[in-house]
Amino acid sequence: MLNPISAPRTSADVPLLQAIGITKLYGTFKANDAIDLDLYPREIHALLGENGAGKSTLVKAMYGLIQPSAGELRWMGEKIELTGPSDARARGIAMVFQHFSLFDNLTVAENVALGLDGKESFAAMSARLAQFSQDYGLPLDPKREVWRLSVGERQRIEIVRALMQNPKLLILDEPTAVLTPQEADQLFVVLDRLRSEGKALLYISHKLDEVKRLCDTATILRAGKKVATCNPRQETAASLARMMVGADIGEVKATTVHATTVPRLVIRDLSLEPDDPHGVRLQNISVEVLGGEILGIAGVAGNGQDELFAALSGERFSPAEGNIVIDGEAAGLLSVTARRKLGAAFVPEERLGHGTAPRMRLSENALLTGHAASGMVKRGFIDRPATLSMVDRTTKTFDVRKAKRDPEAVSLSGGNLQKFVVGREILREPIVLVVSQPTWGVDAGAAAVIRQALIDLSSRGTAVLVISQDLDELAEIADRIAVMFHGRLSEPLPRAQATREKLGLLMGGASASQPSAQIERSHAVGA
Amino acid sequence: MQLVLERRAERSAFIAIASPLIAIALTLVTMAALFALLGKNPLYALYVYFIQPLTDSYTLQEIAVKATPLVMIGVGLSLCYIANVWNIGAEGQFTIGAVCGSWLAVHTNGSGAGYWVLPAMLLLGAVGGALYALIPALCKVRFGASEILTSLMLVYVADLFMDYLVRGPWRDPHGLNFPTTADFDPVATVPTLIEGSRLHAGAIGALIFVMLATVMLGRTIKGFEIRVVGAAPRAARFSGFNSNQLVIFTFLVSGALAGLAGIIEVAGPIGHLQPGISPGYGFTAIIVAFLGRLNPVGILIAGLFLALTFIGGEGAQISLKVPLDLTKVFQGILLFYVLACDSLIVYRIRLISTLRKPAHGIA
Repeated sequence: MLNPISAPRTSADVPLLQAIGITKLYGTFKANDAIDLDLYPREIHALLGENGAGKSTLVKAMYGLIQPSAGELRWMGEKIELTGPSDARARGIAMVFQHFSLFDNLTVAENVALGLDGKESFAAMSARLAQFSQDYGLPLDPKREVWRLSVGERQRIEIVRALMQNPKLLILDEPTAVLTPQEADQLFVVLDRLRSEGKALLYISHKLDEVKRLCDTATILRAGKKVATCNPRQETAASLARMMVGADIGEVKATTVHATTVPRLVIRDLSLEPDDPHGVRLQNISVEVLGGEILGIAGVAGNGQDELFAALSGERFSPAEGNIVIDGEAAGLLSVTARRKLGAAFVPEERLGHGTAPRMRLSENALLTGHAASGMVKRGFIDRPATLSMVDRTTKTFDVRKAKRDPEAVSLSGGNLQKFVVGREILREPIVLVVSQPTWGVDAGAAAVIRQALIDLSSRGTAVLVISQDLDELAEIADRIAVMFHGRLSEPLPRAQATREKLGLLMGGASASQPSAQIERSHAVGA
Repeated sequence: MQLVLERRAERSAFIAIASPLIAIALTLVTMAALFALLGKNPLYALYVYFIQPLTDSYTLQEIAVKATPLVMIGVGLSLCYIANVWNIGAEGQFTIGAVCGSWLAVHTNGSGAGYWVLPAMLLLGAVGGALYALIPALCKVRFGASEILTSLMLVYVADLFMDYLVRGPWRDPHGLNFPTTADFDPVATVPTLIEGSRLHAGAIGALIFVMLATVMLGRTIKGFEIRVVGAAPRAARFSGFNSNQLVIFTFLVSGALAGLAGIIEVAGPIGHLQPGISPGYGFTAIIVAFLGRLNPVGILIAGLFLALTFIGGEGAQISLKVPLDLTKVFQGILLFYVLACDSLIVYRIRLISTLRKPAHGIA
């Protein structure tokens, strides 16, 4: 499907964009230290590095968002100074950001129109949008409002918007973090096609297997410096990781069998109408999560995972109290606070704005989920030292890196904020933990810490339910995996039986329960 | 050159304090220009407006008298505004509070009732204001009606209702047909703090509410709830806070404070119920709340400052022969600058050179 063969580059070729000795100082801190990078047409160039390695800074300089303190950029051999993103776009540089810049209340087409500099009419642009999204296999309804879309669909808007500028160079920041394997494969087809169309691509990712599969060249940054430029196909994932981190990453420790027979979290025949017309209706969802096991829920974004999370957390009530049982108590009609008091903890998909109040301090964000049952509130008064000590403990246990003791949540990098958000719940030693996309947009090091923490928590007897679109992640940590499709949940498969192909079929909606039950049965017979 | 607003990584603590001062400075410059256009000496006019009232003990006391309702209402409104709840109708809640408390004063007038009358009046005023504020709150929660419109419109209902009472059933029979109730009995009057002055015990009440609000916002889970609902509604819901309940709570509290301010004003400096008990305290308190950065102590300072503009405006009317409405112009300009300067807390202004045009310029 992919065509990894690109025409061999000769030394006479001129790079499309050349960064020479890019240095960026913030105060005395060198975010970028004399970085060289050459991007050629017909090439997918990977930019690898841990969070804080300087990838974002470098890319921002190449997109005109910031001015480098030293060094220069050359565009087709000619020295340029980018005055801003619109200047970059005018030259043919487009970028898809990791954090979406979309207006929730506007439609897909309106958002795309705002991002384009051209003067074409709205109707013409809408038609072109529909055409592009169809051509590249990125389906989008131009008239839908963004707030109704899943994260995966929102990302499609960003990609299509970038493509519609007909760029010569496309920069993608962690584009597959929110996609299913099939969606990612579709994206790779798109990227492959763009390469064959002669475009240069700069691909930022933490997923090393992806980079090995897709990219022609890789540049690795560590602590603001360039470590190496290499051909990723000639490297192993381990050797790339070593260059990124500067040491070997510990593998997540395999789980020993520790599941008990006590179901800590029970979802019993849960059906729920969506509260917005474009939402997904949950239909007859039943599953039990045992103490000591991790149940994974896979599925393409927008198949009811958000609705299921809201029903579990208590942000939405279930039709009957028996639909959800937490540690033996019927909880379907209990508030979020009451469920936390039963020993449940929740980590939503969106770190900023849902899991945390972005402009509030970490201590206040510790209080956000801790006020119910962590002794942080005494007779209505907040125990400030207790909230601060929660921040300190989370920082220490989960290696949250931050500029000061108690900064605003928004000032943390994605990976560090995620470690905080997950850590704050795990330190409460919950009986039930429901976590959605635990490592979305998080670097390899932080992801390993979070996954290990989930495994450790379950081995202490907690029932852990992980909703994730990352099949590798589920394969790594989940004991059983179920798939959500169109608001229904498949029978969970034991990890050993949950092959990528089988899950992929379920994610695509290939007949929900019967075949998988048959497959299970045949396996049982086979065993 | 080009001015751009650039988002700050963290909100600037310095600008948070400096922003109201910058706003005041800009307002003074604008006002000076306005005075110059009116043919007055700008410096002298500003002196009359802002310095002269501070040089006299009578006007100083009057400033405190005027600041009392502004601060009480402003503190209540700030709770609403922090929670992103828009109570614009404090003027109406003020009036209804005054009416409810006055009911007792009018009906015990001359009956020789004991000292229980004033506390009962204050209670009635607070409850009346709270219940009147409950109307827009329930309309919002139940029907999704914009509380901005409903609370504002109820101001005029309250105004006309009071007008009816003082011209009709409650009119003083010995009042020469003036639309006013009889003067309240001493037991129905807020005691003064200084003999022969208009400065009354309500000023102390305002200080107490400033302290209570400071403690509540900074130290209690209720205050935290108010702040989270305003700052990040989805996170607040995830946290287990019910935003509908909070709409009702903040409206009740701000209505109670406005109603209490109303009855204190009527039972204090005025001494009877009549039309025009408020020079727009309920609206000016909105400016006070924002000028005070929605912070109780800031509101105390802002309340004193805006009270100064009321007093200074009266002085300017006499010695400069400028219309009293200039005070409202001043307050409007001030609110405009306050809101504008607030954006500097989260954003910084940067000058960007646009001299370097792209090579193939857009022309």
